[in-house]
Formats: sequence, C-alpha cells, structure tokens
Amino acid sequence: MSGRKIGEVILDLKNISLSFGGVKALQDISFDVLEHEVRAIIGPNGAGKSSMLNVINGVYRPQHGEIILRGEHYANMNSYEAAKAGLARTFQNIALFKGMSVLDNIMTGRNLKMKANILQQAFWLGPAQREELEHRLKVEEIIDFLEIQHIRKTPVGRLPYGLQKRVDLARALAMEPQILLLDEPMAGMNVEEKQDMCRFILDVNDQFGTTVVLIEHDMGVVMDISDRVVVLDYGKKIGDGTPDEVRANPDVISAYLGASH
Amino acid sequence: MFYRENGQFKTSYKSDQQIFAIPQDRWAILALIVFAFVGIPLLVDEYLFRAILIPFLILSLAALGVNILVGYCGQITLGAGAFMAVGAYAAYNFLIRISGMPALGAILLGGLTAAAVGIVFGIPSLRVRGLYLAVATLAAQFFWDWAFLRVKWFTNDSSSGSVSVADIELFDWTINTPTDKYLFCLGILVIFSLMAKNLVRGSIGRQWMAIRDMDVAATVIGIRPMYAKLTAFAVSSFYVGVAGALWGMVHLGSWEPAAFSLDRSFQLLFMVIIGGMGAIAGSFFGAAFIVILPIFLNQMLPLVGGLFGLEVSIALVSHVEIMIFGALIVFFLIVEPHGIARLWSTGREKLRLWPFPH
Repeated sequence: MSGRKIGEVILDLKNISLSFGGVKALQDISFDVLEHEVRAIIGPNGAGKSSMLNVINGVYRPQHGEIILRGEHYANMNSYEAAKAGLARTFQNIALFKGMSVLDNIMTGRNLKMKANILQQAFWLGPAQREELEHRLKVEEIIDFLEIQHIRKTPVGRLPYGLQKRVDLARALAMEPQILLLDEPMAGMNVEEKQDMCRFILDVNDQFGTTVVLIEHDMGVVMDISDRVVVLDYGKKIGDGTPDEVRANPDVISAYLGASH
Repeated sequence: MFYRENGQFKTSYKSDQQIFAIPQDRWAILALIVFAFVGIPLLVDEYLFRAILIPFLILSLAALGVNILVGYCGQITLGAGAFMAVGAYAAYNFLIRISGMPALGAILLGGLTAAAVGIVFGIPSLRVRGLYLAVATLAAQFFWDWAFLRVKWFTNDSSSGSVSVADIELFDWTINTPTDKYLFCLGILVIFSLMAKNLVRGSIGRQWMAIRDMDVAATVIGIRPMYAKLTAFAVSSFYVGVAGALWGMVHLGSWEPAAFSLDRSFQLLFMVIIGGMGAIAGSFFGAAFIVILPIFLNQMLPLVGGLFGLEVSIALVSHVEIMIFGALIVFFLIVEPHGIARLWSTGREKLRLWPFPH
C-alpha cells in the first residue's frame, strides 16, 4: 500500500431507503466513501448489499435519501449519468455479453469515450478507424494488466468462471472509473483465483488511485484488503468502521453468529 | 492444406482489426466478388437471373436488415414485409412526384423513409420485448397493408391498386435486361454488406450486441437502450426499405401490396433464423436456402419420382415441397440453432487445423 493517499469524501449516501412493495430492502442507511480507499460492504444473505450497489449506480431508485457524488446532489442516479460520472461496476452473477469475444466485451466499456457517428462507422472513415485503434491500445493495456492476453479472441461463454470474473473486471476498468463497485468479485473462486483477484483489486487501487467499494463474503479477504467496512443486516446498518472496530462490534458478532439469549 | 496461417504474424492492431484478417479469406472473397460481377453474367441464362439470382440478391439485402435488428440487437420483428412495402411505395412516390429525381436517389430516399417509419414502430421496443414486441411489429404489417390498399394517394390513384415504373436509369445506364438488373442489385448488395460489417464491428454494433446479450449490464456501462434500439430499428428498416424499393422497381417493375404481405415478413425472419442470427454471412446463406430450395425441390421431385416409375403431379410436387421445406427448417433448428453460418464457421475452424483434431 504505497503511494496512495486517502482523500476527501467522494461519495456520500444519506438516509437511503428502498422498498419493493412491502419488502423493505434498505432502511435509512447512511455512509460515506473516501477517495482512494477500499470500502467493503458486508452482511448476511439478504442484508441489502447488492441493492445498495444498485442504488449507487442507478439500477434501483430509492424512495428516500440522497446521493452526493463529488459534491453533486442526486435524489437518485440513472445508470447513464452514473457511468458518465465515473462509476463502474461488476456483477455478482457475471453479466458479460455472452455472444461477444473477450476483446469486444472490454471494448464495450470504452463506449462512452467513442464519439464517431454512425455514418463514419458505416464507411469506416478516418475518425471511426482512428478511434477504434486508440481504444484498442487502451484495452490492450487492461488485458495486459489482468493477464488475459491468451483469451483475447475467445467468446466469453466458453471461458471458465474465474476468467469470466476477470473479464467482467476488465470491462469495468475499461471505463477508467473513479469509483469501482465490485459485487462479490471472489464468489465461487478457489484460493488461487481469490489471491489473484485480491492482487488485481489492490493494484487497481494502488496504481490508478481508483476508489473501490466491494461486497464480499470471505471475511479473511475483507478484513485484509479493506480500509473501512460497513455492515448491513436486514436492510439496516449495524456497524461501520475499520476492520478491527467492526470485528469487535457486538451487533456484528450477533448478526453473524447469532446472539446468546 | 492451403488454409494455413503459419508464418502470418500481425504486427499492428490495425492489421488485426481487418474484416478478413486471414489473407486466404480475403482472396477467396475477392475472387467470389469478381466472379459474381464478371463470370456469372457470361455463364447464366435469363431464367436463372429472373427466378433465382435477382430475388436472391434483393432478399439477401432485406435479410441483412432483419439480421441487424433480430440477430445483432435482439429485437424481434414481424413487420419486415411492411418496411419493404414502405421502401417500395416511398421510392415510387419520390420518383413520380419529383421531376428529375434519379432512380438511385428515389431508392435511397425510399430506404430513409422506411428508416423513419421503422423508428416510429420501434418505439414500443423501449417498453416491451419478445412476443409482445412481435405483436407490436405485426401491427406495422397490418397497418401498412391496409394503407397501401386503401389510401389512393400512395398508389397515385391507380384504379387497379397496382403501380408500375418504367425501366430505371443510373446516369447513362438504362437498366432493362436481367443482366443489368442483376449487376445493379449486386453492386448495391456489395456496398451495403460492407457497410453492415463496418457497423457491427464498430462501437454501434457492440452497443447493439450488448443490449441483446445483457441489457442491465449494458445500461450500467453507459449504453442508452433507447439510442441503441432505435438506431438498430432505423438501420434495419433502411436496409429492408432499400430492398423493398429494389424488389418493386427493379425486380417486379409493377406490383401491388400483396407483394409485401405478412408471408414476406415470415420468410425474412426464417432466412435469418436458418442462415444464422448475428452473422452477416448468415443472411446470404438464409436467403439462398429459402430462394433456391423450393425451386430445386420443384425440379428434383418429378425426376426422383420418374426413377421409381411414379407419375408426380404438379399439386403433389407443391405439397411435398412445403413438407420437405418445413422438415428442413425443424431439422436445422434442432441440429444447429445458430444457423448455417455457425456450421460454416465451425467447418472453417476445423479446416484451419486439419488434419489434426486440435
């Protein structure tokens, strides 16, 4: 962890409440994320962790609350705005574009930065061609970074799970995000794959200064790599602080292990 | 044996991004195009042009359009016939109502009109998908069938409801013989195929495919579903509309709304499904399959019957033709749901390694 300085608050969530009919997925949750930090969201199944990420990048619209991103206030985000504002994410159940090659999947992440219009593309004119090359170079850097050169041209549907997760991360990185939301990046991986993934996440954080918000179930990983942890249970926030503080929090212990009555 | 890439190394991303990255493919396609332009007119008689080659070219173009929408963007359509009709009637009206309008201009304007209509009928795709969208596009089919039959303005008040155009001209070239028509359609098809390939390998094509494969993830990346879906509808309808204009003004010469009925919509959709969704080549395979197979069966069945001493009546031929045709469609869907294009690319992959298994 060298060279990286934790900065000001970049993302602030205030009193977020989200319900689906009678189900209260999130109740009055507030927490903040500092620039360049690794922030973990943990909690038992159904605690509302993925809903929280979905609120942050505009897939769900919260009924109450406010999202403050770099000083800008939003009642709710929409996905397009969120992407433009530099939020990228990966998905719990890999959401890659199955019919496309690894390269095309990652190139899709560059979409917002590509400006050639439809006629220039149809005739493969100068701007379209140049743009395609420029962004290919960028994408190749990411491919190198994540060590997936050998599967560049493979359709993602044919890849094993661990590699698909890596391509999912690559696609998010291609957006050059300021905040990276990772939804269980290590779920279903073996130890070696987990180690690789941890290394990539820390490298991204360290080299590019990307702020990381991640959901993870592997406590060893969470306590190891995150700077601060927020704990959710049944849609409520029950703990927030450094890994050591959270570990010592009695509410957190009872949520995970059950309280003694 | 000759299909080897040994020693072919790419040293730039530009050379890696070519349409046909393998030189053998490039030469083969070039040879095919040259043969189509030079060889075929020398070898083929009028009947083949009229019955097979010209319909094949025009329907390939329409299938290409349908493939962009259905295969690349994942939006189902049962209104392709209607968009062909819009293209044809719009081109007709541009041609007769604006004096001095060049035929090619009218055809392209017909395509643009179809694109505009396609955007309007594509709006439901923003809310509904799958079968419900199919029904919404079916509405386009019924609406335009009705409009071209009942609104006399579209057909220039022709009493019979059918319209006709004189031989069209491209600069000084009057297109009246089957060979001329064939070359004209072939030229348009080659250019439009190249454009389609450029679109689907570029950023807009990736947006379409992203929406097709996983729309939530696509939105999160910053793809606007509205833009992606409506451009797919517009480009697709443009292709289908130009094909419609060619079908009416070049192939038929005079036509009535029945030329673009619901049957045509289904036929185009079948071409894409059988040929291969999400593959440019699939459009050609599908069109070839659907145009040539009935004619082939038509010719073959009496011959085969003759071998066994059976008298095959015309009625029987047409019945058996439909049965075999249906059976083949089912067969293809079961054996290779990704269509003939996938069989073709699997075959090519194998050939690259042959005689080794991997």
